[in-house]
Amino acid sequence: MPATETTETRGVAADDRSATARTRRSAPSRGGRRQRTFEQANRRLKWAMLAPAVLFVGLMIVFPLVFTLNLSLTDAFGAVNADSAHIGLRNFGDALGDTRRFWPAARRTLVFTVGAVALETVLGLALAMLMRKPFKGMRWVRTVLIIPLLATPVAIGILWLLILDPTNGIANHLLEAVGLPRQEFLGSVGQSLPTLMLIDVWQWTPMMTLLLLAGLTTLPEEPEEAALMDGANAWQRFRHVILPMLGPTLATALVLRAVDALKTFDLLYATKGAGGGSDFEVETLNVYAYGLTFDYQEYGLAAAVLVLFTLFIIGVVVLLRRRGGRKNA
Amino acid sequence: MSTSSQLLSRRAFGKLAAGVAATAGAGALSACAGGGGKPSADAPLRIMAINHVWSQAVKRSIAEFEERVGRRVSMTLLTADQLAGSYNVKLNASGTDVDVMMVRALQEQLLFGHNGWLADLSDRVADDRFAWDDFQDAPREASVTAGKVLSVPVVTERPALYYRKDLVADLGGPPRTLEALMEGARELTRRKDGFYGYVGRGQRSGAVSQWSSFLYSYGGDFVVDGKSGIGSAEAVAAYEYYGRLLAGSGPPGATNMSLEQALPVFAQGKAAFFVDADAIYSSFLDPKVSRVRETVGFAPFPAGPAGAKPHNIPSWSLGINTFSRLRDEAWEFIRWAAGPEMSAALQKEGIPGARTSVWSDPKTLSAFPPQLAEAMRINAERGVGHDRPRVLQVGRARDIVGRPLVAGILGQSVRPVVRDADAEFADFLVRDNRHKES
Repeated sequence: MPATETTETRGVAADDRSATARTRRSAPSRGGRRQRTFEQANRRLKWAMLAPAVLFVGLMIVFPLVFTLNLSLTDAFGAVNADSAHIGLRNFGDALGDTRRFWPAARRTLVFTVGAVALETVLGLALAMLMRKPFKGMRWVRTVLIIPLLATPVAIGILWLLILDPTNGIANHLLEAVGLPRQEFLGSVGQSLPTLMLIDVWQWTPMMTLLLLAGLTTLPEEPEEAALMDGANAWQRFRHVILPMLGPTLATALVLRAVDALKTFDLLYATKGAGGGSDFEVETLNVYAYGLTFDYQEYGLAAAVLVLFTLFIIGVVVLLRRRGGRKNA
Repeated sequence: MSTSSQLLSRRAFGKLAAGVAATAGAGALSACAGGGGKPSADAPLRIMAINHVWSQAVKRSIAEFEERVGRRVSMTLLTADQLAGSYNVKLNASGTDVDVMMVRALQEQLLFGHNGWLADLSDRVADDRFAWDDFQDAPREASVTAGKVLSVPVVTERPALYYRKDLVADLGGPPRTLEALMEGARELTRRKDGFYGYVGRGQRSGAVSQWSSFLYSYGGDFVVDGKSGIGSAEAVAAYEYYGRLLAGSGPPGATNMSLEQALPVFAQGKAAFFVDADAIYSSFLDPKVSRVRETVGFAPFPAGPAGAKPHNIPSWSLGINTFSRLRDEAWEFIRWAAGPEMSAALQKEGIPGARTSVWSDPKTLSAFPPQLAEAMRINAERGVGHDRPRVLQVGRARDIVGRPLVAGILGQSVRPVVRDADAEFADFLVRDNRHKES
């Protein structure tokens, strides 16, 4: 029985240690003292080495979190350091009861994330499958692929704002040239969110491709070869052999990208400004919380929205990990 | 090994931990410290300003001030949003790393005054050499909050009607009334495909300040007797007019247009009329960005049913950070930059100032196109001293007031949206007053 063996082994080890201790007590030697001091120093050195990291985490993560949580329970307005009163969970009630801004923003956050990440995953996987086997010009293609990843979201926002400008932008000139009607793109209340999702897809599909390509290169070739020998066609090999093996990589890529997409701010703010557009058409929870803080100076309510947003992100991550774990089981 | 053991004995470890804590604590305290004595002579005077022709011109002359005050000056130029964000972050932490603050008296001053972030300049402006009475009435009044002078206006702004001289000849010249503007814009939109009779701001919040002149000219105001005025018949008429103007004669995507999007449409020759700040006129005279250099005309704001009532506001002012440790030097800068000599010199470069003496001196107006100088003079005479609600939370107020504008531009029925916005604005004013009193 392994459990018994372990217990026995532990018993022997404990006996050995007590014997050593008795020997040490009965016959203290210079070498023993030195050994003991070294062990003590080693134990303390461990904490000394950890101290900067613990201090950093404490200052940079725990303190802001606790501060935000505390702020969310106050009626702080105008300035963070102004006099404020603790009002319990009223800010959370106000946020959750706000059907004009909070819930539409939560819905848009979800729509943006699900839509963009789903497209990025499908396209990223397709590209990764195409690039799986070496081909002529592969290096060039990979270099081109990562260009959107290198630009900052604000620069990308401004670039697309110019391209998609309804009056002077090049996109409408191209549409007209091929006989298609002009579009308002980011100037339209209805088209803004889908347009921004497509810009996000343009920027982040390469990252999904690279992550999935890395996963594909680590897969063993034998199962696929066996399936080929059994007469499986390309789709069957992909669906029943490659995809299940790629599961863990896919789940990790999805979680990483989904968390990032949930927090998208720069692109939305650079293209649509404060409040996510004239009809709040691209106002996500992140944009809403920023507006409450910097445009409205309602720090208590903003902190409550951010706490709810954090819980929302944690919920999505847990959900994705559970689903990923179940599939991989 | 013995050395390391000795170093990390219990006592040594205690000392090490105490040392780390003390260093971290001292670092944090020095970073957070708001007070302290006078900074060294090497410490620069820090000025944060909007990236505007005024700031650029002052920056070019900053060596003269440095010599006068005997201190280095660090001047940071940012966009309006960046500037507002920086102030929020720095001043919430009682930061001393900004001395002179360029602020929008009508956007931020009430809130900053409420927070105690702007130093009281009442005694300083009383200095005869500064000639405080020389400032125009409306900008000077906007500088006062709760009886204290909190800022000094340096750039003023009124709306100008920019128009295409080549297109209005057969319409009888530039429109003098809002109805003539509507008719002219419609007619010119009809004449040419892909050309727009009118372009202007259409963003929910961004459009409010320009729309204010339409509102006043229809006889309305944002707040009347302390209560919401946006539900009045005059305000509804102004909302409907602006919506019809942009929906019927404006370019596509107008609701996403602020100054940055609307200006190029007119500059590229794709619109006939444009109402926006007179301070931006130089963009249409610059051959690098304008195709209408030869054809642009300037006119006063057209009259509505209640006459022509454009806004005349201090768009940018200078204040001093309460937490600054160089307040005297900061005031010296304001005295220099907003003084009569500098104001006259800048106006000669085409930057409209706030002093009456420079406006009455024909020499300082020589930089402006004569038609524009005349339009500015007339608009200043008729001007109303605010272009947005005078409340603590200007951002939220603009978002509420701007909603019916967007509905109108999108071609929706304005009245139900006005009713809803009016109720929301009334509630907002109650809360805002409560904050003011707290």
